[in-house]
Amino acid sequence: MTDFFNENLTSLHKKLVDKEISATELTKEALNKSKSSQSEINAFITIDDEGALKRAAEIDAVGIDPDNILSGIPFAIKDNIVTKGLKTTAASHILDNFVPVYDATVIEKLNELGIVTIGKTNMDEFAMGGSTETSYFGKTANAWDHTKVPGGSSGGSASSVASGVIPVALGSDTGGSIRQPAAFNGIVGLKPTYGRVSRWGLIAFGSSLDQIGPLTRTVEDNARVLAAISGKDQRDTTTEDQSVPDFTKGIKKGVKDLRIGVPKEYFAKGIDEGVKDVVKKAIAKYESSGAKVDEVSLPHSKYGIAAYYILASSEASSNLERFDGIRYGFSARQDGQTLEDLYVRTRSEGFGDEVKRRIMLGTFALSAGFYDAYFKKAAQVRTLIVNDFAKVFENHDIILGPTTTSPAFDLGSENDDPVKMYMNDLLTIPLNLAGLPGMSINAGFTDGLPVGLQIIGKRFDESTIYKTAYAFEQDSQLFTKHPGVNF
Amino acid sequence: MSSFETTIGLEVHVELKTKSKAFSLSPVNFGDPANENTNVIDWGYPGVLPSANKGALESGMMAALALNAQITRDVHWDRKNYFYPDNPKSYQVTQQQTPIGHDGYVEIKKEDGTSKRIGIKELHVEEDAGKNSHSGKGYSLVDLNRQGTPLVEIVSQPNISSPDEAYLYLEKLRQLIQFTGISDVKMQEGSMRVDINISVRPIGAEKYGTKVEIKNVNSFQYAKNALAYEEQRQRDELMAGHIIGQETRRFDEPTKSTILMRVKEGADDYRYFPEPDLPVIHVSDEWIKAVKSSLPETADDRIARYINKFALSKKEAAVLTQTLEMANFYDQVVDDGADPKRTANYLIGDVNAYLNETQLDLQDTKLTPGHLSGMIKLIDNGTISTKQAKKVFTAITDGEEPKAYVEKNGLVQLSDPNKLTPIINQILDDNQQSIDDFKGGKDRAIGYLTGQVMKKTHGNANPKIVHEILLAELKKR
Repeated sequence: MTDFFNENLTSLHKKLVDKEISATELTKEALNKSKSSQSEINAFITIDDEGALKRAAEIDAVGIDPDNILSGIPFAIKDNIVTKGLKTTAASHILDNFVPVYDATVIEKLNELGIVTIGKTNMDEFAMGGSTETSYFGKTANAWDHTKVPGGSSGGSASSVASGVIPVALGSDTGGSIRQPAAFNGIVGLKPTYGRVSRWGLIAFGSSLDQIGPLTRTVEDNARVLAAISGKDQRDTTTEDQSVPDFTKGIKKGVKDLRIGVPKEYFAKGIDEGVKDVVKKAIAKYESSGAKVDEVSLPHSKYGIAAYYILASSEASSNLERFDGIRYGFSARQDGQTLEDLYVRTRSEGFGDEVKRRIMLGTFALSAGFYDAYFKKAAQVRTLIVNDFAKVFENHDIILGPTTTSPAFDLGSENDDPVKMYMNDLLTIPLNLAGLPGMSINAGFTDGLPVGLQIIGKRFDESTIYKTAYAFEQDSQLFTKHPGVNF
Repeated sequence: MSSFETTIGLEVHVELKTKSKAFSLSPVNFGDPANENTNVIDWGYPGVLPSANKGALESGMMAALALNAQITRDVHWDRKNYFYPDNPKSYQVTQQQTPIGHDGYVEIKKEDGTSKRIGIKELHVEEDAGKNSHSGKGYSLVDLNRQGTPLVEIVSQPNISSPDEAYLYLEKLRQLIQFTGISDVKMQEGSMRVDINISVRPIGAEKYGTKVEIKNVNSFQYAKNALAYEEQRQRDELMAGHIIGQETRRFDEPTKSTILMRVKEGADDYRYFPEPDLPVIHVSDEWIKAVKSSLPETADDRIARYINKFALSKKEAAVLTQTLEMANFYDQVVDDGADPKRTANYLIGDVNAYLNETQLDLQDTKLTPGHLSGMIKLIDNGTISTKQAKKVFTAITDGEEPKAYVEKNGLVQLSDPNKLTPIINQILDDNQQSIDDFKGGKDRAIGYLTGQVMKKTHGNANPKIVHEILLAELKKR
C-alpha cells in the first residue's frame, strides 16, 4: 500500500527503480484511490482503467528509466487538455462525447517521459468558474472539508492531489484556476509565465491568458513537472524560445537578502482577516530568515477584475463559437431543421448558464459601438497592470501576498451571485493579465481550512519562485499535514 | 451626356499559390477529393492553434510592392466572427486593423491614350473559407480543402468612374499580380474573385449615392456588363424620383442584368478583435528589401526589354505580356535560340489562334517551348519553308517533336541546285511568254515563274534558291 501523503516524486521514483513497486502496481493503487474517492469528492470525470493499465504494463515491459523521474508515475489531467483516444469534455455537455484524435503537447511530452494517465479531472465548464460547481458532471468537494468547494476551475486536479489520490496533476490557469484551488486545498500550484508552456491541445478559454501548470504536494515535485512540460513549441507560436532550466537547481539556496515586495492592495478591506493573519505570519518568517520585506503598491490591480472579465469573456465568446453541433460534440441535429435552428438548439442545450453568461458578456463587449468603451479600454488597463508589476520588479525579486480573498467557501453558497464569485479572483487575475508566473503554497490554516500564500515572480523567473516557496515549505513542514482521510 | 457620375469600388480576392495553408501545414491544391487537404486545425478542433505561414505574408508583401503600396511594419492578425458551416472556427483570421499594404495605386491606360491612377486603399492577407454544396436531399455537404487557403484581398479606392475603367483596372491588376507569381489569378478556378460596389450621384452632389453590392461576377466581362446595367438602372431610378436601396444584387448572365438578392438593413457586426493565438509580426527594412529583390520582372519591364532587345513593336510586346505564361513561353523559346521576331509572330498569330480555337490555356496544351523553338529554328536555317511549317505547327500542338516529324514526312525543303535547275528549265521551256515579259522589263513575270516552280515541287522548293537559279537561267536565254 503506497500512501501518497508520505511520498513525493523522488521517493516514488526510487521505489520504482528499486523494483519495490511496479508501474502497474502503482497505477492500480492510483486507480483504486481515484475510484473509491469518487463518491466523496467526485474529482474525476473519466477514470481510464483500461488505458492506464495497458500503459503501465508497457512501461514495466520496457523497464523504469532510472534517469527519468516521471517514468511510471500516475498523473491526473484536467479535462480541458486533449488526450488522444481518451474522452475530453471540458466539463461541458457540448463535448460530453468528444474523443480527441490528437494529444496536447504537454501530454506528448509527459508520455514521452513515461507517465501513466489515470484519468481526467473535474473542472468548471470550459474552466469558467472558481468552484468547480459549473461542471456538467457534478460538483467536486474540497479535500479538507467535503462540504466546501475545492476552488476552481482546476478543482478536480487540486482536490485529488490534496486527498492523496494521485501524486501529481495538471491544471490550467486563466484567472487563478490553478492557484486558487491549490490554495483552497493546501497544495502547490503554479501558473507558469505566459509562453512557457505550450497551449496546443488546451481547449481555449481566454487565449491570451491561459497557461497549463502543475498541481503537486511539494515544491520540488512541482519544479520537476514544470521542467517536463515547458518549452518552445512550433504548434503554439505564443510560446517563447526561452531555455528550460532545471528548476530544482538552486532551490535550496535560501531567501537571505531576497527582496520581497508586499502589495498593500493585497491586504485591503474585504479580504478575510484569517487569511491576512496567516499570510502575514508567513511573510514574517521570510523576514526572520533574512529576506528584505517592504510594502509596495499595485495601484491598478483593483481594475483587474473588470478588465479581465471583459478580455477573457471576449476571447471566450470567439473561442467557443466552434461548438456548433456540426463536426463534433453534442448536436441537436434533427431532420428538416434550419441551420439556425441547429445552431441555436445545440448551443442553448449544450452550454451551461455560466458559459452562456460569459459568451453574452464577451459578445457584447466586442460589438460594434461598444468595442472602444469595453474591449479597447480593458486592453489599456491591462497595459497599466503590466507596468505596475514592472515597476515593483525594478527593485524587488519576488512579490508575496494571499492567493485568495477567503478560504474555501460552502458548496452552493455563491451560485446565485456571479459577481461575488468573480470577486474571488481579485488577487490572482492581475498575474494573468501581466503574463507573470505565480504560485500558491500552503501558508497555514484558518478555521481548519488551508490558506494560500501567493508567490509572484518576474517573467520566466520561475526559479526564484521555487526557491522562495521551498524555503517556507521546508521551514513550516506544512506539506506533512493532510486531510486525514485515506482513500 | 449624362448628368450623373458613377463611383465604383472593387474588392478583389486573390488566392495565393503557397505550398501550405495560411495557418496550418495542410497542402494547398485545387481539385483534390473533398476534405483530403485538411487537418485538425482546418476542422477547428478543440485545442488547436494556428501557426502563421510566413510565405503567405511575404506574398502579401509582394502584392503590396507590385501595387505601389506602403508596407505596414507591425502586423497583427484579427478575428472576424460569423457562423457558417464552411467556417469551422466560426471566425476568419484576417488583417482588419493592420493590413500588410495600404495606400497604393494601379495605373490604367485608357482607350483614348490617357492614363489614370486607381487608388488601392489597402490589401490584407486572410484565410479563405471552405465550400458548401447543397445535396438537394435536405442536407448540405462541406468540403474544407479550401478552408485556410491564404488570400490577398485588394480593396480599391472608390475612384473608378465607369464600367470600362473597372474592366481595365481588373485586367491590369490581374497582370500585375500574375507577374509576381503569387497567384494563378484565374477567375474560372476561383483563384481570383471580384466583389463590386457601385453608386451614382448627380454631378456636383456632395455625398456619394447609396452603394449597391454586386455578387456572382465570374469574369471581367461579366463585371463590365453588370456595372453597365447597374449604372443605367440606378440612373433610371434616380431620374424616376426613386431612392436607391442599400442592397446586394447578383449578376444574371443570360439577361445581362442584376437581380436583387437581399436588402441590407444595417452593417454586419463581425466583432473584430486581435487574434490572441498569433504573435505580432514586425516587418523590418531588411525583410522588405529581401522580398523586393525576390520580385520577378514586371510586365512593364518585360515590354521594355522586348522592345529594346528584340526590336518588337510596342503592340507585339504588349500582347506577349498579357499573361505570365505567354511571356515566360516567349522567353524560353528565344533563349533556346529561335529568332525573336519570328517567335513573336508565331505566338501572337498561330499560337493565340490555336488557344482561341481550343479555348485552352497555354500551359494546358501539348505545345512546349522546346518544340516551338525547334520548329522556328528549322525555318530560320532554311530546312523547311513557312508553308511547310503550317503542317509542323499542327503536329507540335499534338505534342510531336518537330525535327522528327519533318524527317518522317519528308518535309525537307528542296534547296539543291542540281535538282532544282532541271525543273526550272522545264518551266521556262513551257513559258516563253513569261521570258519575253521578263526581258521586256516586267518583274511580275518572275513571281509567276516562282509560283509555277513551287506548284511543281508541291511547295517544297526553297524560294530563295529558286529565285537565284531563275535569275541565272533567264539571263542565259
